[in-house]
Amino acid sequence: MSAVHLLSELSVGTEAEIRGFHPDCKEVKRLREMGLLPGTKVKLIRWAPLGDPLEIKIRGYNLSLRKHEAEHVEVIVAAPS
Amino acid sequence: MSTWATAPTQEKTLTFVLVGNPNCGKSTLFNALTGMRQKVGNYPGVTVEKKVGEFFSLHGQPMQIIDLPGAYSLSPRSPDEAITRDVLLGRLGDMTRPDRIVCVVDASNLERNLFLVTQILDLGVPTMLALNMIDLAQSKGISIDAAALSQELGIPVVACQAHKKIGVTELRQAMSKERLPHPVRRWRLQPEMEKAVNELSARLAEERGEEPSRLFAEALIILVGEKSGNDSELSPPVRQLAQGLRRELEEQGLDCHEAIVASRYQYAQEVCERVVRTGPVGEEDPSDKLDAVLTHPIWGWTIFLGLMSLMFFAIFTLATYPMDWVDGGFGALANAVKKAMPAGDLRDLITDGVIAGVGGVLVFLPQILILFFFIGLLEDTGYMARAAFIMDRIMSRVGLHGKSFIPLLSSYACAIPGIMATRTIENPKDRLVTILVAPLMSCSARLPVYTLMIATLLPAKTVPALQKAGIMMALYVVGTAIAFFFAWLFKKTIMHSETPVLIMELPPYRRPSLRAVAMQMIHRSKLFVKRAGTVILGLSILLWFLAAYPKIDGADASSQLAQSFAGKAGHAIEPLIKPLGFDWKIGIGLIGSFAAREVFVSTMSVVYNVEATDDTSVPLREAMLQEKWPDGSPVFTPLVCVTLMVFYVLAMQCISTVVVVRRETNSWRWPLFQIAYMTGTAYLACLLVYQGGKMLGL
Repeated sequence: MSAVHLLSELSVGTEAEIRGFHPDCKEVKRLREMGLLPGTKVKLIRWAPLGDPLEIKIRGYNLSLRKHEAEHVEVIVAAPS
Repeated sequence: MSTWATAPTQEKTLTFVLVGNPNCGKSTLFNALTGMRQKVGNYPGVTVEKKVGEFFSLHGQPMQIIDLPGAYSLSPRSPDEAITRDVLLGRLGDMTRPDRIVCVVDASNLERNLFLVTQILDLGVPTMLALNMIDLAQSKGISIDAAALSQELGIPVVACQAHKKIGVTELRQAMSKERLPHPVRRWRLQPEMEKAVNELSARLAEERGEEPSRLFAEALIILVGEKSGNDSELSPPVRQLAQGLRRELEEQGLDCHEAIVASRYQYAQEVCERVVRTGPVGEEDPSDKLDAVLTHPIWGWTIFLGLMSLMFFAIFTLATYPMDWVDGGFGALANAVKKAMPAGDLRDLITDGVIAGVGGVLVFLPQILILFFFIGLLEDTGYMARAAFIMDRIMSRVGLHGKSFIPLLSSYACAIPGIMATRTIENPKDRLVTILVAPLMSCSARLPVYTLMIATLLPAKTVPALQKAGIMMALYVVGTAIAFFFAWLFKKTIMHSETPVLIMELPPYRRPSLRAVAMQMIHRSKLFVKRAGTVILGLSILLWFLAAYPKIDGADASSQLAQSFAGKAGHAIEPLIKPLGFDWKIGIGLIGSFAAREVFVSTMSVVYNVEATDDTSVPLREAMLQEKWPDGSPVFTPLVCVTLMVFYVLAMQCISTVVVVRRETNSWRWPLFQIAYMTGTAYLACLLVYQGGKMLGL
């Protein structure tokens, strides 16, 4: 079983797989070009000290984006088997 | 350039371009290749920096190399990236397509870097790959088979560590080769997409009489509907065909952009699987360990504030020694000229105009050097992105980007390097807002004025230093708060746009190369001297003229100034500044310091006819305290001192900044607006403070 979440809802240290983007996401193109594509593994590393932005690890590098953008990214979290 | 096209290849200077993602060590490699043989200018019509360097092939032939702005993709998101794309496609003004491309990649992050590489290789221009930062990759447990990568991509690959100059000779060797293969596209799209792109490139080829394979890259760009340099020049049939194909693909459920990006990453992933070997799994990335501390809610802030304090400590204390030497040197030079030359206008022009003007700029050079050294160090280690990461929340509150933080911080030393540092901000509106508010951050040129006014306000020797420091601190806080207020206001009104998006890479930490940092520092400082120096020189000559003419025979310096053009102007503005508690003599100081704030101190010394021009000098302070209005009341009441300080916090009194803003925004509109809003605010604030204070009986 797996569940669909938003990237912003992941807890720190969780790994997930990208499912797609919300139609409202204005930065789809840039995010895709930075490697956020359906099926790509992503891990939430941390939130910034003031609670925004957040840092993720994807394709072996670290990327930061704000909660506002992360709310537009849908991810699938594999349930622990 | 066109005459070169017919010349035999051996005689033609080859033009290389250096392309790569931001943070891949591209500029370090550029410096390693060209040394000091570099020229920095602007691309036509935009304020993107154009760095051109010269180096020699192994056969001793001169070659030209252009360091293009860092880009993640050829679909541009910022003016910088647009330039990179246009240069590569040969679409920028009269710049021809580059002969060869050196593509720099960060070996520790190959997969994402290869995304851009696939775009570059589509161009069909002879390309070689510089596999940079192999040491960093090794520290992350990554090893890359360069020979296999070369085989995969079909282009030469050179492993290097630009920081340590390792592999640079090998790269030069690869660049010097007479023949290089034209790369062939190795990645594939879905069949439907392939068909569509081929159809479009065939039509383009027909129209332009070029080889279809050379136009594949362009066809892709047109198909996804990206705007490009000369989009309007697309012929209607091509545009219609592209629209038709896009619609057709969408009906089949294919998003062109997603399909293309996914195919490129698919290929990049496959290549990496074949050439990259990762070390034992479970080993934690050293950068992540560092980040756990450096972006920690408590330690992160502590270290951040500590670093910033250290930087300012260095700028304001360490720099004082070399500043004194510069000051003393120019003073000695002026004295020597005074002794050597007969008295007269020419001598005064040289000593009071030229030497004072050049010295006035160079005296800030030590501070600027230290500032650029720190900024270079923070950039080179990768800490800068973390500073933006932890500051972003605060900056986004006023509608700005985490990246606006560094330009604003730099402006505490001097607004000019701060404004020059705004070039990394992608969105033009955000960049403009940052430029507009940057001069409100109290720069070091305000310090002499602050020091003098605080000494006048609290003349007693018994006043504790802490109290003086407190006032100084308050001045900095007021400036910063007002800067943030205006940033917020501009973003709500004239520059209305949403808070810029933050999609920022946090590059791995690395050991800085002092050589690279030092070179960066020298280049930036040269730019500062060139931009600020020429203007200040011109203006200080003009101001000297205004203060020295018309000549009055037998008058002493003070009455000469009072009757000069500058003195007359001071009288003329007295009605305007009287409501602020300022007399015409202060008016002369304000006018004299319009070009540069620190000139206020020396102008006031001349006004009150005191010899020493030092801001701590007791004579000037005493003279100011004894100054009386015609009715006998003192001019420099505590309230006036405070009002004057407020004026200097807020007013735009720096012609060099005005000129740099004009260059950075390509119009007079914004610098003039800046003068109007800053000086306008200063006037109103002073009026409020002075009249309010008087009502309270101060």
